[in-house]
Amino acid sequence: MRVLIVEDDAVLRDGLRVGLAIGGFNADAVESCEEAEAVLKNHEFDAMVLDLMLPDGSGLDVLKSLRERRDTTPVLLLTARDRVADRIQGLDAGADDYLGKPFDLDEVAARLRALVRRASGRPSSLLEWRGLRLDPATQQVELGGEPVRVSRREYAILHALMIHPGQILSRGQIEEKLYGWQEEVESNAVEVHIHHLRSKLGPGMIQTVRGIGYRLGEEP
Amino acid sequence: MPSISKRLFLILALTTGLVWLSAVVWIFLSTRAEVERVLDARLMEAGRMVSSLIVSQEIQVDPTQTITADLPLRPHTEYDRQLSCQIWSLQGTLIGRSDGAPDEELSEHADGFSETVIDGERWRVYAVTNADLGVRVLVGDNLRIRDGLVNDVIRGLLLPAMLILPILALMIWLSVRRGLEPLRKIAGNLEARHASDLRPIEDVETAKEIVPVLQSLNGLFARVDGLRERERNFTAFAAHELRTPLAGLKTQAQVALASGDHAIRDQALRQIVVGVDRTGRLVRQLLDMSAVEALDQAERSGFVRVGAILGALADDLADTSRGVTVEVSPELDDIELAIEPELFRLAARNLMENAVNHSPPGGIVRCRAATRSEEGRIIIEDDGPGIPDEELPRVTERFFRGRNKAPVGSGLGLAIVELALGRSGWRLRLQNRVSGGLSATIGEMTPAGNAAR
Repeated sequence: MRVLIVEDDAVLRDGLRVGLAIGGFNADAVESCEEAEAVLKNHEFDAMVLDLMLPDGSGLDVLKSLRERRDTTPVLLLTARDRVADRIQGLDAGADDYLGKPFDLDEVAARLRALVRRASGRPSSLLEWRGLRLDPATQQVELGGEPVRVSRREYAILHALMIHPGQILSRGQIEEKLYGWQEEVESNAVEVHIHHLRSKLGPGMIQTVRGIGYRLGEEP
Repeated sequence: MPSISKRLFLILALTTGLVWLSAVVWIFLSTRAEVERVLDARLMEAGRMVSSLIVSQEIQVDPTQTITADLPLRPHTEYDRQLSCQIWSLQGTLIGRSDGAPDEELSEHADGFSETVIDGERWRVYAVTNADLGVRVLVGDNLRIRDGLVNDVIRGLLLPAMLILPILALMIWLSVRRGLEPLRKIAGNLEARHASDLRPIEDVETAKEIVPVLQSLNGLFARVDGLRERERNFTAFAAHELRTPLAGLKTQAQVALASGDHAIRDQALRQIVVGVDRTGRLVRQLLDMSAVEALDQAERSGFVRVGAILGALADDLADTSRGVTVEVSPELDDIELAIEPELFRLAARNLMENAVNHSPPGGIVRCRAATRSEEGRIIIEDDGPGIPDEELPRVTERFFRGRNKAPVGSGLGLAIVELALGRSGWRLRLQNRVSGGLSATIGEMTPAGNAAR
């Protein structure tokens, strides 16, 4: 799951980025409204963690312009001000959830998972496909009840495919989920990860749609 | 505590009573004098009349006889027997007397007025001696009756006074209460207030004399309210501003706990150290700010030797790890500013700290005196990125953090500087240098400079 963090405090920003990465997220972080706007225009995120007080404006402005563009990316507001009126203002501006500082890292991760789950319209965060189960909370993958060990990148690819079953994801889309925007994308890497996944899950689980991309296999 | 209405009432009642009393005394004395004058004249007249009647033979007296008949002098007034008349022969026998006159000789003197006591009663007697007829006429006034007359007049005055005085007292009491009504209203208004209610007293009908009191009271309310508002804001600011660094610390701590990777854990711990430094600085600045705000008007005076303070700060603040040095020009040693020393130290410290934090590695922060062509007195310059022009008007706002912020910046430093200088009648001017970096000037607060801000 790819997440954008918008927070101006360097220590907190770094902590969220590293902490969410440990929690199985692919997290990018920016520190101002301006940067956030720029990144949001060029990249897609599964969710966003947004601080309210930013050096060049309010996080609410970022949120409003996001919603004006009909972008429904789930947004979790983080703020030092958590009076009821502030929360109402934030939620009315289009936020999906609200968390007052200081918060628990695990709670941020759990709320983000819930936001992503709700955005995809599923009642449970558990993802299932033909005996394959993926639990975003624990980042565990099981096949027929047996745990399967997957790397962080492999997990991210599997999560991206399973969250919209049947949908074809291009290599570029998968790379987006896989790498932060500062990271160097290794050529060929997606093919290598898919190859590893097929050897772990069986050849029919991930299908190649020639010239377009990948999707979960209908039949074994 | 003495009540104003009680005091006023006592004063008014006492003075009114005294005026009445002195009026009564004065009337008593003047009435008595008048009565004496009039009755003495009547006495004299009566004496002479009797004497002349004897001369004209209208009253028959025989000096050789004793009492022939009572003289037909019969005063039948309320003041019965007021006048008594005796006619004595020169040999000392009583030849005639009026009805009710005593038998004893009223007086022994020959002519004019005198006073005697007969049978315990005081008489005022007028004597006329008629040597040709050999008789002496004595006419006397019983003084008891005279006094009764005066007393009746006084009683006539005192009786209504006894009736009127209580009514007057009641009226005084009512007037005093009515007069003090505006005061009572304000007192009532204040009493009915909640202790935290600091709204000005406005809707009270009051008197012209109380308006100044009311105004200063409302002024006091406004000041206390402002102070409380500042305190509230400050507490809220402090609480909010501390939450972000705390969130950062907690998150980094949780990262360190959750990660099995040594490199990640070390990085998280380093971030925690940075976070604690920053939070510590924030707390110090919050305390500085509240100290500046708490300084009273009266304490804002003094002189500082600029060079000494800047020199000490320079040694403190130079960042050796990044090679940032602070230069203090020697000409500053001769400069003295009229400013409370602690306020100046705070302002200078924050300015210098800002300059050091924004300086590139190896940069130099310069403290110097302003030249003749420049505004202000003291300038602190750095080689950092400066402040974007659109942010310049906002950088002294509390907790404003611009784009070019230092990692440890709290957004309070320049706010403290401006507050500290402003409290002593000085002002801060920030400018981007043409050659790059920021120039901070401490200068006099001029009306023009003030308006420009």
